[in-house]
Amino acid sequence: MTDDSKSTYSLDMPEPSEPPQPATESPLPVPVEPRRNFLSKFLAVAIGGIVALFPFATGLAVFMDPLRSRKKGSGSGDDDGFIKVAALDDLLVGKPPRRYVVIDDRVDAWNMFPQEPVGTIYLSRQADRDVLALNCACPHVGCPVDFDRDRNVFQCPCHNSSFEPDGEIHNHDSPAARGMDSLDVKIKNDNEVWVKFQEFRPGTAEKIAEA
Amino acid sequence: MKAVANWFDDRTGYREFLHETLYERIPGGARWRYVWGSTLVFTFAVQMITGLFLWMAYSPSSQTAWESVYYIQYEMQFGWLLRGLHHFTAQAMIVLLALHFMQIIIDGAYKAPREVNFWLGLILMQIVLGLSLTGYLLPWDQKGYWATQVATKLSTMVPVVGPQIQRLIVGGPNYGHHTLTRFFALHAGVLPMLLIGLLVLHIYVFRRHGITAKDPGRAPETTFWPDQVLKDAVACLGVLLVVLVLVFWKAPQHSAELGQLAADGRLGEVFGAELGAPADPSEQYSAARPEWYFLFLFQFLKFFKGEYEVYGAIYIPGGVMLFMFLMPFIGRWKLGHRFNLVYMSALIVGALTLTWLAIDEDRTKQSYKNALVDAHHKSVRIRELIEGRQGVGSEGAVALLRSDPKTHGPAVFARNCSACHRYDGHDGTLRVLEEVATASDLGKFGTREWIRGFITNPAGPDHFGTTVNASFNGEPVEDRFAAGEMALWAEENIDQMTKREIDSVVEFLIAQGGRTDIDAVDSELAAEGRAFFENSNDNVQACVDCHAIQPRGEEEQLGDVGLAPLLTGYASEEWLHDFLLNPGAEHHYGERNAMPSYEGRMSDQDLEILLRWMRNRWYEPEGKTPTEQEDTE
Repeated sequence: MTDDSKSTYSLDMPEPSEPPQPATESPLPVPVEPRRNFLSKFLAVAIGGIVALFPFATGLAVFMDPLRSRKKGSGSGDDDGFIKVAALDDLLVGKPPRRYVVIDDRVDAWNMFPQEPVGTIYLSRQADRDVLALNCACPHVGCPVDFDRDRNVFQCPCHNSSFEPDGEIHNHDSPAARGMDSLDVKIKNDNEVWVKFQEFRPGTAEKIAEA
Repeated sequence: MKAVANWFDDRTGYREFLHETLYERIPGGARWRYVWGSTLVFTFAVQMITGLFLWMAYSPSSQTAWESVYYIQYEMQFGWLLRGLHHFTAQAMIVLLALHFMQIIIDGAYKAPREVNFWLGLILMQIVLGLSLTGYLLPWDQKGYWATQVATKLSTMVPVVGPQIQRLIVGGPNYGHHTLTRFFALHAGVLPMLLIGLLVLHIYVFRRHGITAKDPGRAPETTFWPDQVLKDAVACLGVLLVVLVLVFWKAPQHSAELGQLAADGRLGEVFGAELGAPADPSEQYSAARPEWYFLFLFQFLKFFKGEYEVYGAIYIPGGVMLFMFLMPFIGRWKLGHRFNLVYMSALIVGALTLTWLAIDEDRTKQSYKNALVDAHHKSVRIRELIEGRQGVGSEGAVALLRSDPKTHGPAVFARNCSACHRYDGHDGTLRVLEEVATASDLGKFGTREWIRGFITNPAGPDHFGTTVNASFNGEPVEDRFAAGEMALWAEENIDQMTKREIDSVVEFLIAQGGRTDIDAVDSELAAEGRAFFENSNDNVQACVDCHAIQPRGEEEQLGDVGLAPLLTGYASEEWLHDFLLNPGAEHHYGERNAMPSYEGRMSDQDLEILLRWMRNRWYEPEGKTPTEQEDTE
């Protein structure tokens, strides 16, 4: 409609595809006051634009809602967001990493499901009071990584990245740009392993926590 | 630029199309009376746009429909504005439809050669009404749920295949997931598609015949663009402004707190379309009404009794519609146009009158008003519960509401207890019953007032007084309690007690219940009460002579069970639970008992809800304390 507002049709312009006009029809009226006509066009486009854009802009604002960071629920973790995952006694120094499911309150839009699996991690005991926690998601594009006991490496089933038991990249042609993501660990009450479960942006060489 | 435009025009012929579209002739000049059709197209476009965006957040199933709308209204940014636009534009559309229709009739634009276009318009009107009917159900709140039940039940009255039609609409024998999926598919798919198709035809045929100029000699002929377009745009702006006024209707009421609400992202609580409590199939909503523009039909139905209902629901409305289809033919006769005008005017006056009657009747109807207040409380309460729980569980919001003692307690009481007991004079749900009470009024149960009444006036109307009307296991109870041991004791002894002594015994017994919702126990007074309970004074027969008790925090029981109810933990939840399951136990009323056992008569959850409700123990958001009755609007 904007383009058209500039073009003016010459009344004499031949319009071959137009069927012959009935005799009763008079020629189209010529605008008597060109300035008033321009104002009318301008206002019509402006007002029409506003009324059409308003509902669209509202819808767009709602559509953009997921970009907002939402306050998270209190969850089942402690004040720093650590969650109890395992008993320290279950992990032995020198043994292969063990897989654990992290249980926390899961929020899905309007729903809150208490105590549901929210992710998977590997735990391995490095020393007496030192536990390494690795997020199970491959840092390449997020496939869940398996631990291959025979080769003593983490093996991603999707794109063949493999990682050392400490999480470092194992194969030279690894598509993953960084090693597996380690998570903060606390040992509480002598025998409890608490982990701060986080997810990280896939694909980057740098480890960037997802909000 | 021009070369590109020429190239494009050569391939598409867009200039001719634009020319056709924009330079429609308007004999007699652009006029305000021609804007209604355009405003309808505009409102439909708004509905398409807002509807598509709502679609992206809506989830049609009986556990998620209300919940997703809740999320749009209260959680998503500007969700309330989007919903408000969609809701109120739908209403504006109905008004514009009526205006467009009347303009067509008055200007005679329905007559030959425009019959077909008039019929297309009538069908379009039916589609718009269908959209509003299906849309009303989608939020799955009490109002939409129960009002739409009525609409779909009416379809069973269609001759021969009515029940089958109803089943197909509802998607099964009862309202549920498939009712929503079907209504949603109709609302967002089938009906809009039909509407677009017919609207294109409607506009095409309209352009073919040209505008019906009311007064061609009024002004020089002009074209649609830009003169009429400008008027149309201004009219659309007007419609949008009216819609926005409706969306922001409550702004003046909340002007002081708007800044705070906006900062907290809580504008959805005051602006936009209302969202009632989630639909509860187990709780009939007595204020269920269709949208205001269907009220005349709702009222009309009241005049048809029993088997004649089908006339009010189907034959007469159908006949009236059918007659409208004949109006172009009637308009050919000399007086036909006038007749049509009178016919339409009569219909409008009739509809307005019926609408007014419906509104007027509700204005004075107590059950309607109570239901509105109750629904308002529930819609506020469910928001508190969801925020407290930080989300709805997988069973959906109505289950959350049903597990809330504050909300559901009254219904449990009404269903299980109000056949004999009252609660502050009503049945728990504010309904005053006609039948006389045959047992105590439990509104104050376990409070100081309740215990003081039991000591000073056990035969009073709130305690044993009403039991004279009762009978148990077929035998009248008569004055077994009203002139029983406790009543006799009070008559003989109460004058011998000082106010302080009475207060102290009350305080002592209050301490047994361990309530947290009433004033804290005065332990000094309670200790005095404990002493009086056991030893009394020289002139009064001691409580312990009949009532045994193991005072809270003590090891030994005072007195012996047998003569009167054991008062250990009196009015605590454990005591209530034990009493409800076995009121005839020896340590309760024994052989004098006149109350049925509730063992197996209530679900465990209902029992728990009842116990908590009677002691005002329920979730309240921070900064609020449990209070029984909140101010109604």
